[in-house]
Amino acid sequence: MNESPQSVLRVLSPADTEDGMQQRALLSEIDTSCRTPVMLLFGFSLVWLLIGTAFALVTSFKMHAPDFLGSTAWLTFGRVRPAHLNSVVYGFASQAGIGVALWLMCRLCRTPLILGWIINLTVVFWNLGVAIGIVGILAGDSTGLEWLEIPPYATPMLFVGFALFALWGIITFRYRRESHLYISQFYLLAALFWFPWLYTAAQILIVMDPVRGVVQAAVNWWFAHNVLGLWITPIGLAAIYYFIPKVLGRPVHSYYLSMLGFWSLALFYNWNGMHHLVGGPLPAWLITVSIVASAMMTIPVVTVGINHHLTMWGNFHRLKDSPVLRFMVFGGMSYTFTSLHGVLLALRSVSEVTHFTHSTIAHAHQGMYAFFAMVMFGSIYYIVPRLLQVEWPSARLIRLHFWACAIGITIYVFVLGFGGVMQGLAMNNPDVPFLDPVKPSVVTLTIPYLKIRSHSGILIAIGHLAFAVNFVWILIRWIKAGRKPQTTTPVSSV
Amino acid sequence: MRYGPLIFVGIFLTLASSWCGLVLMPQIQLGRQQAVKIEETGEIYPTPRSGLAQQGFEIYRANGCIYCHSQQVRPEGFGADILRNWGQRRTVARDYLYDKPVMLGTMRTGPDLTNIGLRQTSAAWHLLHLYNPRIVSKGSIMPPFPFLFEKKKIGSRLSPDALKLPPEFALEPGYEIVPRPEARALVQYLLSLKANAPLPEAK
Repeated sequence: MNESPQSVLRVLSPADTEDGMQQRALLSEIDTSCRTPVMLLFGFSLVWLLIGTAFALVTSFKMHAPDFLGSTAWLTFGRVRPAHLNSVVYGFASQAGIGVALWLMCRLCRTPLILGWIINLTVVFWNLGVAIGIVGILAGDSTGLEWLEIPPYATPMLFVGFALFALWGIITFRYRRESHLYISQFYLLAALFWFPWLYTAAQILIVMDPVRGVVQAAVNWWFAHNVLGLWITPIGLAAIYYFIPKVLGRPVHSYYLSMLGFWSLALFYNWNGMHHLVGGPLPAWLITVSIVASAMMTIPVVTVGINHHLTMWGNFHRLKDSPVLRFMVFGGMSYTFTSLHGVLLALRSVSEVTHFTHSTIAHAHQGMYAFFAMVMFGSIYYIVPRLLQVEWPSARLIRLHFWACAIGITIYVFVLGFGGVMQGLAMNNPDVPFLDPVKPSVVTLTIPYLKIRSHSGILIAIGHLAFAVNFVWILIRWIKAGRKPQTTTPVSSV
Repeated sequence: MRYGPLIFVGIFLTLASSWCGLVLMPQIQLGRQQAVKIEETGEIYPTPRSGLAQQGFEIYRANGCIYCHSQQVRPEGFGADILRNWGQRRTVARDYLYDKPVMLGTMRTGPDLTNIGLRQTSAAWHLLHLYNPRIVSKGSIMPPFPFLFEKKKIGSRLSPDALKLPPEFALEPGYEIVPRPEARALVQYLLSLKANAPLPEAK
C-alpha cells in the first residue's frame, strides 16, 4: 500500500526499468488475452452510441417541432426519450465502462484475462437485455420510472450479464499478481459491488413488488443518482487516474489525496439522491439529508480535481500531441465542473428555480457526456491500438471527433443550462403566463434554447460518426494485417 | 491481499448506510400509510382509481407523459405552484398511496397535472387536445397523439363521438376522427386527477 513514486512509475511505465522487456512482454500478453471480449464490448457500445444519438436527435427536434414523426406510437416523444436514455446509459456508457474496467483490471492486476467465456456471456446477456428493453420501451412497456424504464422481462438479462462480470472481476482481483493496489482498482472494485446491489434493490422495491406510494420515489432517486455516482463516476475516475499518469509517464501527484477522494466519495455520494425531490411530497428530513450530502461532495470533487490538476501541472503542452490526454483532461475538468454545479443545484434556493427545468437536463449531460463519455472515448483511443496492434487510420478523424463533441457539448450545457434558469425564473413568476402564442410565456421563451440544443446535438452526432468511421476502418486494417506476414509495428503513444 | 477485505467492508458499509437512511427509513416512516376519513366531508381519502381511469393511468405511463408533466404541488412560498392555480394546497405522501408506479415527475415542459381534473373538466377539450394540442392550445409544443384515435370513413351519418375539428385541422371530406378506447381511458384518468381533499397534514 505504501507506494513510493518510483514504484508507481515502474508499474505504469515498465519500459523505463531494467526488466522493461519482460514487463513489456507481459503487457502484450495481457492485451492479447483481452482482445476479443474488450473489442466486442467496445464494438457493441459504439452501436448503441449511434442508436442512442439517433434517438437523441429525434427527441431534441420534437421539442421545438412537436409534429415531427408524431403520428406513430413507437416514435412518440415520451417513448423515444427513455429509449435515448437507456440506450446511451446502459448500451453505450455502461458497456464501454465494462470494457475499460476489464482492461484496467487485467493491467493493474498484471494478469492476462482469465475465464474469457464469462465476459463473452456478459456481452451476450447485456446486449440482449438492452435490445429487448429498448424495443419494449418503444412498444409502450416502459415501467414509467426514470432510469429504470427497461421492462421487467428484460431486466433479468441485464442482471445476469452484470453479475457474471462482477464475479469475473472478483476472481481476477483474487488471483492478481501485483500486490500493489492502485487507486483505480479501489474505484473499480467498488463499482463492481455497488451497481448490482443498487440495481437489485431498485428492481425488487419498485418494479417487482412496489413499496407504498412516495417511498417508490425515494428508492427511484436513491437508485438513479447512484447509477451516476457509484457506477458511472467510479469507472470514469478510475480511467482518468490510470491514463493521465500513463500518458505523461509520471506518477499521480498525491497518494493520500487519491485515498481521501475515494473514501469521501464512497461516504457522501450515495446519500445525494433525494435532492431530486426538493419541494416534493416527502419528509423534509429526507431531502435535507441529501442536500447536506450533496454539499459534502465538494470534498471528493475538489480533492480529485486538485490531484489530477497537479499531476498535469507543467505538462499541459502535451495536450497538443496526445488526443487521449485531451479527452481525459476535458473529461476530468468536466467532472469537477459538473459536480460543483451539482452542489449548487441541490441547494433549496437554487433548486426552487432550476428544478423541473431544462437546467437539470443540461447538468445530466454534463456529467454523463462531458465527463464520462469523453473519458470513455479517450480510453478507447488508447486501448484499441494496443489490442489490435494496429494504428488508428486517421488522426484527422480523431481530431474531428474531439472538437465536434467538445464544442457541441459545451454549447449544449451552457445554452440549455442558462435557458433552464430563464425557464425556472419565469415559471416562479405567476405574472408570466405558462403558455401564450403571442405574449412571452414560460413555454415559448425556451424554444430558442431548444433549437440551439438541437444544433449542438448535430455537432455531437458528427463527432460520433467520425469515431465510428475510424473504428470500422481500424478493424478493416486489422483484418488485412492479419493476412499479411506479421510485421512488428510499434504502437505509438496516441 | 491484506487490504482487499478491508476495502470490501468499507464499500459495503458506505452503501449500506444510505440504503438504511434513504430506503429503509422512508419505508418505516411511510410504508404502511393508510387512507383516512376526511372530517369535513366524511369521505375516505384517497380511494383506488376506477377501472377505466386505471387503464388511462397505464396509457399515461406507456407514452411517457411524465417526461414533461409533473404531478406534485410544491408548498406555498416555494415556487409559484399554488399561485399558478396548479393546486389549492401542497401535495403530501398520502395523495399517492395507490400509484404504481408513482409518477411525480422531474420536468415541467408542460404544466403540472396534479389537479388537471379540477382545472379542465371538459372531456371533449381533452380529446381534441390529445389528438392535436394546437387545436385548443395555440403555441403548444406538446406532441400530438393521433394513434389514440381512429380515422374512419363516415357511414350513413357522423358518429356521435367524432371530434369536432376546426376548419384548419379538417380532414378530407367523408372522413371523421373517433377516439379509440385508449384515448377515452386516458381522458378518464386525467379527469380523475385531483388532490384537493383537505388532509390535516397538508394544511
